[in-house]
Amino acid sequence: MTAKADSSPSGAAPGARSLHRFANPGRFLRASARVQLWLWVAAALVLGAGLVWGLFASPADWQQGETVRIMYVHVPMAWLAMGGYTALAGASVMSLIWRHPLADLFARELSPVGALVTALCLATGSLWGRPMWGTWWVWDARLTSVLVLFFLWLGHAALTRAFEDQERGARVGAILALVGIVNIPIVKFSVDWWNTLHQPASVTRFDAPGMHVDILYPLLTCALGFSLLFGAVVLARTRAAVMERRIRALQLARARREEALGA
Amino acid sequence: MSHALFITASYALVVIGFGALVVDAARRHAAAKRLLAELDPRGDRP
Repeated sequence: MTAKADSSPSGAAPGARSLHRFANPGRFLRASARVQLWLWVAAALVLGAGLVWGLFASPADWQQGETVRIMYVHVPMAWLAMGGYTALAGASVMSLIWRHPLADLFARELSPVGALVTALCLATGSLWGRPMWGTWWVWDARLTSVLVLFFLWLGHAALTRAFEDQERGARVGAILALVGIVNIPIVKFSVDWWNTLHQPASVTRFDAPGMHVDILYPLLTCALGFSLLFGAVVLARTRAAVMERRIRALQLARARREEALGA
Repeated sequence: MSHALFITASYALVVIGFGALVVDAARRHAAAKRLLAELDPRGDRP
């Protein structure tokens, strides 16, 4: 890497230096174009295989019957809601400490997608709960903490768009994201800390998964497929946002030129 | 309401949700690329 190409602040950590390379919009767009293509292809293949496996080739549960198939969409949405929020907190740290412009755009584009997967987690959970528990909703610790997570996503999406100065909106959004990260362990351990109608963890346990491999493997395949799709969507939105920022800058420059010519 | 309806509704919601995201991202990307090509024909982009 030449000194000219490296736009990082002097004295920055090596990781931060390599990340600052992508603050250049042209470089980011070129590098991400190839990654994005592979992400779409991998997401289509893995998710297609996972959904066919889960819907048609995996067995029904001895207790829940066919309704267990809702798990193949509900659980990946729950994992993405929490994993995505952790990524949002990571981007917020980068934004606040290194003032990385791409981290701001990534966080801004991530929050509507995170809000949607959290809403889908709540909706599919409700559709699973009605036939299994006999109710659409209960105010137990797991369901309530996921609802709080949904409001955090919505709050971040709204805050980052509420300021005319986008940088200021990004700072305020980053602070909210970092305050809200405390909710993630609450979501995860709510089923252990409180007595909930929601079942305790059955896949991410410290000892061993509490389900048969005929159900576990299609679930993990669906989770990987949805994660790839989530990544592809967020990357595509971030690429569009980078181009839109460039468009605004060009339009502003053109307006200034025309104003100067007119004066 | 049979169990098949709950399963269908769950999958339909996920397909609609992610479908909307994919369509919106593709629409924004295409619009930005077109406008950028107009404003900066010799610009540095893929």
